Amino acid sequence: MYYIKVLLKSHKFVIGLFVLISIISLAILYPLINTNDPKDLVAMAFEPPQEGLILGTDNFGRDVFLQLAHGTRTSMYVGLLAGIVATSIGLILGLMSGYIGGLIDDVITTFTNMFIVIPSFIILILISVSLDVRSATLLALVIGFTTWPWTARAVRAQTSSLRSRDHVNIAKISGYTTPRIIYSEILPYMASYVVMAFVLQIAAGILAEAGISMLGLGPHDTISLGVLMQWALLFEAPATGAWWAFVPAALFIAAISFSLNYMNSGMDEIFNPKIRRN
Amino acid sequence: MNVYVRYLLRKFGWYILTFFIAVTLNFILPRLIEGNPIAMIVATMAQGMTDADRQRRLFESFMQQFGLDRPIYEQYFIYLRNLFRGELGVSFGMFPRTVENIIATSAPWTIGLQLPAIITAWVIGNVLGALAAFKKGWFDKIVFPAMLLANAVPFFAMSILLLYFFALNLDWFPIGGGFSPRLMPHLSLTFIGSVVRHHTLPFLSLVFVMLGGWAIGMRSMAIYEINTDYVLYSKLMGIRESKIIRYVFKNAMLPQITGLAISLGTMVGGSLITEIVFNYPGIGMRLFTAIRTLDFPLISGITLFIITGVLLANFLIEIVYGLVDPRIKSAQLEE
Repeated sequence: MYYIKVLLKSHKFVIGLFVLISIISLAILYPLINTNDPKDLVAMAFEPPQEGLILGTDNFGRDVFLQLAHGTRTSMYVGLLAGIVATSIGLILGLMSGYIGGLIDDVITTFTNMFIVIPSFIILILISVSLDVRSATLLALVIGFTTWPWTARAVRAQTSSLRSRDHVNIAKISGYTTPRIIYSEILPYMASYVVMAFVLQIAAGILAEAGISMLGLGPHDTISLGVLMQWALLFEAPATGAWWAFVPAALFIAAISFSLNYMNSGMDEIFNPKIRRN
Repeated sequence: MNVYVRYLLRKFGWYILTFFIAVTLNFILPRLIEGNPIAMIVATMAQGMTDADRQRRLFESFMQQFGLDRPIYEQYFIYLRNLFRGELGVSFGMFPRTVENIIATSAPWTIGLQLPAIITAWVIGNVLGALAAFKKGWFDKIVFPAMLLANAVPFFAMSILLLYFFALNLDWFPIGGGFSPRLMPHLSLTFIGSVVRHHTLPFLSLVFVMLGGWAIGMRSMAIYEINTDYVLYSKLMGIRESKIIRYVFKNAMLPQITGLAISLGTMVGGSLITEIVFNYPGIGMRLFTAIRTLDFPLISGITLFIITGVLLANFLIEIVYGLVDPRIKSAQLEE
């Protein structure tokens, strides 16, 4: 509760949160009002915005605004799931490597450094190309499995410096078990960092999904913001002047990414006073 | 020097190992699909082909080049051997062109787009970031949020917005392509003019986004340095302001130089989506077409090309850092 109060004092965090909540509520509420299937054909192709069709229709004559709401849902879901997977893997590997040390540390660190250097988006492409069936969930898992290394590296660095502190030694002498030491003596010190990393991982997951979808490797079963933009480009919406088919999706992605980054930046200034200017 | 050579060898070994793992992933991941992907794709490709002779030639060239009838570990060695010779196979989609030939003709477009964009963004971004940190006041209050906004917009969203405003709405620039379709590539002012006009929007969309990142990085590094003890100590000693700023700037620059080198390395992979938005004839567009036509050798060749660039850039940074960074130097001496 205390942390929430502190965070709400940061303008950046509040602005970011406000934008994010507005977008999420639109994505959740609009499909409740307009219960049509976003894949239904409702009018001619590339109809401009008009009454009843807030953002006109796409190349097949489907309702763009409804697709946008559903696409935002999918994109947020993919980002969230990818963020959870990536942060968990990064946290677990980082803690193991930093706390246990020795050979395990060497192996995990080498592994992490390798996957920091090999671009994750390329591995994402290679895996996606190999998948016959790509659902949104599967894509989110793959994104999560390719974007953990930075979190792992940072968590490892913090853990190994915390490991030799006095309070951890006292906990060890008192006979605490390792999981308990990690839970009560180490995690609280990096909780703020982990939350911040998680927020950025969500943003990265959403962008990765959009990127991979625009390459034509997106989910087959659902509409996401990236899939919307890919359709628009594939069916030459820019050449026909149908801005409503791709500009809103791009704006939504930009707004989501902006709000998450802004929240992260606000948290950073609160938790990390060294970069704050008084 | 002896110490440095040992450092160099260790780094070299590490990068060779990483490269080896990347190559192995590049080989193994696409082969995880059930059945033999290349044989499968050749089969599906062949169904759509009316030219029986051509499909047989395509299939045979792959059988021979990748040894598809042999066990997987043998295929792996053949793959490595081909790679070592610089042979990446023949494209399915643009048969009989080789993958290395296709990459060689599209890479200059990507590099011509990215290299000027990265350098322009780096210079302007660092200047803006440093000014925001030192000048404070209204300048910082305007520049910082603007940069944060620019940095948070993904490349492709920026591309799409610029495309909409400047190509569709205002009609100042063409909506895509590398040059006017009415022209043949040749050396003349009209052709160069056409290339420049097609280059402008993708170039700007890359610059705007990257600019933000550099400015934010520079600003927070500079503020961090200004808050350190050595700055306070220097001030108390009465050292001139301009001299202190020089120290601060020098320290804040180091990570920015690393960042520049890394983004030069990731250059080829960095504009994939921007190229797709603008239909720009670089590596990204090739990858897009390759994925749609299941041109498997081309996909794999492009990913390998990108990975190689990134690894090479990182390796070069470590070599240079081993020479210039006193902290790494002392770490070498300790061993």
